[in-house]
Amino acid sequence: MTTLADPHKESFRLSMLLNDTRYRSLTFQFIALVAIIATMAFIGGNLVRNLAEAGLNISYDFLGAQAGYDINQRPISYDSQDTHGRAAMVGLLNTLIVAFLGCITATIIGVIAGVLRLSPNWLVRKIMAFYVEIFRNVPVLIWILIIFSIMINAAPAPNAFRGDEPTASMWLFDSIAVTNRGVYLPKPIWGAGSLLVVGVFIASIIGIFLFRRYARKQLFDHGRLIPTFWPSLALFFIPVILAQLVLGTPVSLEYPALKGFNFRGGITILGSLIALWFALSIYTGAFIAENVRAGILAVSKGQTEAAGALGLRPGRIMNLVVLPQALRVIIPPLISQYLNITKNSSLAIAVGYMDLTGTLGGITLLQTGRAIESVLLLMLFYLIISLSISFIMNIYNNTMKLKER
Amino acid sequence: MSDTHAQTVAFVRETQIPPSAPPVTEAGVIKWVRENLFSGVFNTVLTLIAFYVVARFAVFVFPWFYNGVWEAASRKECIDILREAGKQTGACFAVLVDRWDHLVFGFKYPPDGYWRILVSFLLLVVAVAPALFANLPRKMLFFTALYPFLAFWLIWGGSLWLPVAILGLIIATMLVFRLISSQISVDIRKIVSAVIGVICGAGLAYLLYIGAQELVFIANSVGTEGLISGIAYGVFWIMAIFAFVFCVPMGIFVGYAIYNSYEDGGLVSIVASLLFGYLAFVYLLGPIWMALNAVIPIELQAVASRDMGGFMLNMLLGTICVSLSIPLGILLALGRQSPMPLIKGVCVVFIEFIRGVPLITLLFVANVMLAYFLPPSSNFDLILRVIIMITMFSAAYIAEVIRGGLAALPKGQYEAADSLGLDYGQATRLIILPQALKISIPGIVNVAVGLFKDTTLVSIISMFDLVGMIRGPIQNSTEWTSVYWEVYGFGALLFFVVCYSISQYSQWLERQLNTSHH
Repeated sequence: MTTLADPHKESFRLSMLLNDTRYRSLTFQFIALVAIIATMAFIGGNLVRNLAEAGLNISYDFLGAQAGYDINQRPISYDSQDTHGRAAMVGLLNTLIVAFLGCITATIIGVIAGVLRLSPNWLVRKIMAFYVEIFRNVPVLIWILIIFSIMINAAPAPNAFRGDEPTASMWLFDSIAVTNRGVYLPKPIWGAGSLLVVGVFIASIIGIFLFRRYARKQLFDHGRLIPTFWPSLALFFIPVILAQLVLGTPVSLEYPALKGFNFRGGITILGSLIALWFALSIYTGAFIAENVRAGILAVSKGQTEAAGALGLRPGRIMNLVVLPQALRVIIPPLISQYLNITKNSSLAIAVGYMDLTGTLGGITLLQTGRAIESVLLLMLFYLIISLSISFIMNIYNNTMKLKER
Repeated sequence: MSDTHAQTVAFVRETQIPPSAPPVTEAGVIKWVRENLFSGVFNTVLTLIAFYVVARFAVFVFPWFYNGVWEAASRKECIDILREAGKQTGACFAVLVDRWDHLVFGFKYPPDGYWRILVSFLLLVVAVAPALFANLPRKMLFFTALYPFLAFWLIWGGSLWLPVAILGLIIATMLVFRLISSQISVDIRKIVSAVIGVICGAGLAYLLYIGAQELVFIANSVGTEGLISGIAYGVFWIMAIFAFVFCVPMGIFVGYAIYNSYEDGGLVSIVASLLFGYLAFVYLLGPIWMALNAVIPIELQAVASRDMGGFMLNMLLGTICVSLSIPLGILLALGRQSPMPLIKGVCVVFIEFIRGVPLITLLFVANVMLAYFLPPSSNFDLILRVIIMITMFSAAYIAEVIRGGLAALPKGQYEAADSLGLDYGQATRLIILPQALKISIPGIVNVAVGLFKDTTLVSIISMFDLVGMIRGPIQNSTEWTSVYWEVYGFGALLFFVVCYSISQYSQWLERQLNTSHH
């Protein structure tokens, strides 16, 4: 914004602070600074007076006090004797769990729906369009509540599994029980020697990677096409099963069983977690489907035709030509969808899933009455989560970006 | 040429034979079905699966919908009616009939005032129409400008003269601006500028002096215990000293700046009209509307903000917050593009902070925290605090959308505006914003739809919007407990209708505004 250089060097006058574009921005910023300080004084003064009037002070000591409430899902050990700080940590982990699960399933649903929306099949296309529109245009809170209500009202109560002729039955050879209190899954028991099995499993995964690299090298260097799918599958399953058999099943499963009024044993997935997870996944999946569709449409038709002219099959055209290019368009909006899932997971409080909002912003806030501290801390946690997700995903985005040379 | 041939070759047909019909399998419905549903093994399987899903869905939903009971007093009665009729499944739509008013208007709004809501909703359509459709007469925009005052009166009730007086004072303020900026001679304006400069300068100096005292007060009550308190103590003291040192120079400088602008009248007319407006609102508003009301009383039954509820509350929050957040978002976006580091920094921190936290935490702020930051005497009710926070929330998102629009403008536009000699305000208003906003329309509409959906979150801080009504008074009542499909389905339908039509409008507008030639 510099103007023409003046012929004479003018001496500085006060009016130049207003009329000269060289100094004017300084003036504006100075005024802005004064305005900010004045606002701080106003807000801070009000805060101090209001707190004094209410007989409160700002202190984070309550984080060390005994919480006295239970949390129904505990990724780390916790009981009501523990502190509010630990309760907040449990809540944070619960938030991360549902956000992580939601991101994975939403991506899977979104990619499938987005690809199917471009399918040549009219019926499938229309169903997917229906799905996307209906989920994008209705608040996620309503979806969470609908799915939670279905979980509670439509799923059988645990005592429906009881008796000689139970009205409900477990799935998959009596290993999974779906009840209105949650879903019960078998839990792996790590017996002696299970470390070895895990080691074999990790080794076979590394083996799959090495094998794929070898196959790729063979293809690029010598033009030999080695099948990878079946050998990978075999590498994935056979060594682990063999290790299990040879070592005498060190890793066994504990099945949930009906004892008393409820199922005992196994892993419990709360109904609230399932409602939240499922609702967030299908809701965000609809948005991701639109991003995926836009990304695929952004790849010019010439690319598909050129790949077809080279003799690639449709599946390979999608995997090798269209999707890698579409990914560059898809990833940036995908990042913001992941952030949305994380932020929307705070709606857990509507179904009683004890995430960060439910512990720190819910019961802790109500019990201690430390509203300002709790809400500020809550915001800080979410800010940190959001910033780290966008930081990590931006690194990934930069590696995927088109490298222009 | 053709003549000669036509004569020599006698057996050439003079008319073309009509094309024979394509084979049955290559025409009409059969061809369509073959191409779109059964064009290969994979597609056939997909079709069959999809067909199965649709059929299952239809078999489940249609009898449920068709058998629906529309008249009953409770869920138990619904079930009894269905059992008597021998129906397996059936919806209990009676809950919608029974609680219709609650779902739409909330349970506290006076029933004889429902027409007011309906009228303001219909007028909203009329008021918004000229902004949405460019081919409607431009004069309708006058009604759009009047609408907020009218709707305020219709929905909140009270005296008609209050909004009229507010409108009158706003017009008077604009007239003051006109008067000082262009109607009076330079000599008179010089005197006006001097007077206003002295008033503003002295006022500002006094305000800063008070502010400095306030900061010292804050610093002392923060104390020096612990590291964070110590830092805060220091920062507040530094700010206090800053404010104290600069209170007189700032006053003199601003006063001088106002006086100095007497020639073109830009600054002085803005400051003078703001000053006039402020004084008029503080000292004249009350007497004027009360006097008018005493002479000709036109009143509707007043309704408190906390009595708003149902879908109406969602519409209210959505409309108010979107319309307030667009100007705020534009300012934030321009601030973020600004070359001034301080202003840019403030905007970046605000936008990134708001975008990094969930809306629900901001609603917690509105619910439990905001009152601490406002003067002890003020009593902002919850709905107003919620409007403030939701507006800030959506302004941050709209700012990001508009920033995208600003960044998408070619640099030549900025340079062309500069070369025409336009100043920053003119260039932004006449060249940059019209183009940037046009690019940003789809994004803004997306934010608006998202915001409208997010207004359901207020149910979590125990406000009775549509979802709050369903979760609270309806599902907790003895008659309608565990009725969920019908009520949530109805809520979903209402939101779907509104959001889907907005997004369809946005797509239509995008096609209308598309000036590139494809």
